[in-house]
Amino acid sequence: MSGVVSGAVSAPLLSVEGVAVELPTPRGRLRAVDKVDLALAPGRTLGIVGESGCGKTMLSRAILQLLPKRARLEGRVMFGGRDLATLDPESLRRLRGPELAVVFQDPMTSLNPVLTIGTQIIETLQAHLGMDATTAFKRGTELLAAVGIPAPGQRMRQYPHQLSGGMRQRVAIAIALSCEPKLLVADEPTTALDVTVQAQILDLLAREQQRRHMAMILITHDLGVVAGRTDEVAVMYAGRIVERAPTPALFARMRMPYTEALLAAIPKLDSAPHTALPAIPGRPPDPTRPLPGCSFAPRCRYADELCGRAKPALEDPDDAGAPYACWHPISGARTSWSASSP
Amino acid sequence: MAVLEIEGDTALVSPVRKRHRLGGLFLAAVAWIVLIGLAAILAGVLPIQSPTDLDMLARREPPSAAHWLGTDQLGRDMLSRLIYGARISLTVGLLAPVIGVSIGACLGMLAGYFRGRLEAFIVGGVDVLLAFPPLVFALAVTAYLGQTVLNITLVIGILGIPAFTRVARAVTLSLSQREFVVAARALGATDSRILVRELLPNVALPLVAFFLLGVAVTIVVEGALSFLGLGVPPPAPSWGSMIGEGRESLDIAPWLAFLPALFMFLSVLSFNIVGDTLRALTDPRPGAL
Amino acid sequence: MAKFVGQRLAYLLPVLLAVSLLTFLIASLLPGDLAYTILGDQATPEKLAALRAQMGLDLPIWQRYGLWLWDVLHGDLGRSFRTGETVVNAVLDRLPVSLELMVLAELIGLAIGIPLAILCAVKSGSATDRFLTGLAFGNLSLPSFLVAILLIFLFAVQLNWLPATGWVPFGEDPLVNLRSFVLPALTLAFAEWPALMRVLRSDMIATLQEDYIAMARAKGLRPARILLVHALKPSSLTLVTVTGINIGRLIGGAVIVESIFALPGIGRLLVGAIQARDFIILQGVVLFVATGFVLVNFIVDMLYAVLDPRIRHGRA
Repeated sequence: MSGVVSGAVSAPLLSVEGVAVELPTPRGRLRAVDKVDLALAPGRTLGIVGESGCGKTMLSRAILQLLPKRARLEGRVMFGGRDLATLDPESLRRLRGPELAVVFQDPMTSLNPVLTIGTQIIETLQAHLGMDATTAFKRGTELLAAVGIPAPGQRMRQYPHQLSGGMRQRVAIAIALSCEPKLLVADEPTTALDVTVQAQILDLLAREQQRRHMAMILITHDLGVVAGRTDEVAVMYAGRIVERAPTPALFARMRMPYTEALLAAIPKLDSAPHTALPAIPGRPPDPTRPLPGCSFAPRCRYADELCGRAKPALEDPDDAGAPYACWHPISGARTSWSASSP
Repeated sequence: MAVLEIEGDTALVSPVRKRHRLGGLFLAAVAWIVLIGLAAILAGVLPIQSPTDLDMLARREPPSAAHWLGTDQLGRDMLSRLIYGARISLTVGLLAPVIGVSIGACLGMLAGYFRGRLEAFIVGGVDVLLAFPPLVFALAVTAYLGQTVLNITLVIGILGIPAFTRVARAVTLSLSQREFVVAARALGATDSRILVRELLPNVALPLVAFFLLGVAVTIVVEGALSFLGLGVPPPAPSWGSMIGEGRESLDIAPWLAFLPALFMFLSVLSFNIVGDTLRALTDPRPGAL
Repeated sequence: MAKFVGQRLAYLLPVLLAVSLLTFLIASLLPGDLAYTILGDQATPEKLAALRAQMGLDLPIWQRYGLWLWDVLHGDLGRSFRTGETVVNAVLDRLPVSLELMVLAELIGLAIGIPLAILCAVKSGSATDRFLTGLAFGNLSLPSFLVAILLIFLFAVQLNWLPATGWVPFGEDPLVNLRSFVLPALTLAFAEWPALMRVLRSDMIATLQEDYIAMARAKGLRPARILLVHALKPSSLTLVTVTGINIGRLIGGAVIVESIFALPGIGRLLVGAIQARDFIILQGVVLFVATGFVLVNFIVDMLYAVLDPRIRHGRA
């Protein structure tokens, strides 16, 4: 992991250009994602971090072209030189699986309850690799074994409800990996799982990512998850990217007060038992009522009159490869992770 | 988080436009019900001919100044028969669901409120009644009891009990866990007071919507009985028997069957529209029975 | 699964018993008594008494029920006092016609309802969806005897394409037999498809919002497979239940349709028995139909369990 922005190493596999997502609601248009730019090179990993409702899931759905029917997408999602947003449905379908794959948040709902595990793996292999049923069954069993599922041959004939949550997420990962995708989007892959299983699943994803030299986007609300498992991190707030940096650089020197607050919200092993979890005070702004200034200003302890009036742009004044959107960035290296509890 | 965002999306379906679109239909349906209802009530004082006077010289006549909607196979005035037919359809149609809703609401609320053995007994009884295909049950009972308006009303009313019991029980079940009921109980209110003062007003709204749908079903069942010649005995005019008699002359005078058919269809449709609109407004669960 | 079947069975028996009791009680609603109805006005008191004694009508009602139930359990539902035909024979004779009618109607109903439901669910909220949902709603307000009149007028009277009556046994001439079923089956199907479509449509719309549908799309499956396997299979569970519930209405519809189109089925047997005041046949048919209805619903419950692996594996 170098300190260079991943896109600069080689031609990007994925490049998100000016992407915005708007959803109609009874209270007006909801701008869930607002002019996001991102780039990801082959084989690299990007973490997207933010609170609930910051638009990270909508951004991932925009990349995957899985937005709800009524959503409006602006901008371009360039993948392997083609704009996914304007691709015809059949070409898009051919990309999904062998090029582009996803692991959803909740394995309880992302596997079809009335189809066997085997059917759900085999159909993917048959759809893209043209395997016959016997070969596909064999390959499916190998895939289950590869993601650490014991007795895979037996599991193939079982239904999702017969497996634990962690096992189901392993199945979902096996399905996502089945056609050797070039990019895997993992949308909060461990949020719905037991704490004890979370690390196992994250390690499995990291291992497979390295082994297959696959690009990966890891979406999470937990800065602790991306540390050590990604090359670069993008922090999202109110539909925008507010800070982006190579992972080591971000943890060494974060500039955006929101990132700092997110870090402080991670529960620590060494904190006293039964103490209240530190949370960021206040609530994210109403996405149907955009603020004129910085969206984080109402909750930011550094905010002044300028922050409430004008929106800071995502800029990189020091050419450090780590742009941020803040009028009053935190300066100086951080001494310890726990020093910044608000 | 992610889940919330997706749920937020399903909530985006704006009901506003839909309700507005239904507005015209809803008003038209209400207007038809009022029109038919007034005609049925005022049938005796309206300047129309007798529905049973025969005129063998003027059989199956097309509409004319003397007979606005023509005459039937026995030369009786169609308009008059249609209006008197509305009397029977609406009498049975409104009274039968009254029986169903009053007994069904009591049973359903008791079952939903007290639970336990009483509930098991009531639900079991309702299941037994549901074991009889409604039309077969109605045919059999009126065959034994005799074909009178009263008997037909009673039978269809009893047949409606299960549906009303189910709705009342479901609503009561969900309501009795709610704060205002729990609070009333904590304040020492008696069971009967809670049932009548707290629960009944809330159960009533969904039941009214269901009542209107019941009216539509009843009109159809009464029509079917009369159509088969097993309903209200002749010569009293009923839409169902008019359609049944008109069927014999579909080739020479199709309007004899189509006019009462149209009246019945419009009435059933109107009650369905009004009932369904009210149900959609009172029922938080979309598509719930 | 065994536990599930056991539970349903334990419920089935009391319901069947109650059905038989209710059927028996309905028959005892008859004003006067059966002996009088059979013998008519000219009957002498001696003859009446003799017939009553012969039929057991002078016994207390619970005893009569016991005797009757005993006979029923031994396959003896009595015989018509007009034609002498046994109830069992009369019913079995007409059953194939009613079954053929209902199966054809249900098939046509499903063939119309399922594709339209899928179309509406995929295009939910569109003009197509609104039109078809409106059409289904309007159709639900159209009783089957009105549909029958319309179809007869159009296809038999005006176009002269299909016969309104003229049933022959299937074994005699299958083609003529099927032709005579077209209009009756279409009539019944007209009442079926809107109900099937409405339920499947709302279920499919909910299913299409599920994560596993997004997952199926993300896997790059063909749209047909997503709709027919991933969406239709879970949604069809409710469809099975509705089909079961609808059988009650289907039977009622069959009574009317058989009468209109002169099909010699159970429904026509029932109506004929009422017109002829043949109360033994009537009672037998009611018991038969209600029992059959309860059993079919039991089977539908079982089918539901077979289709849903979650119930099959005892997590109901």
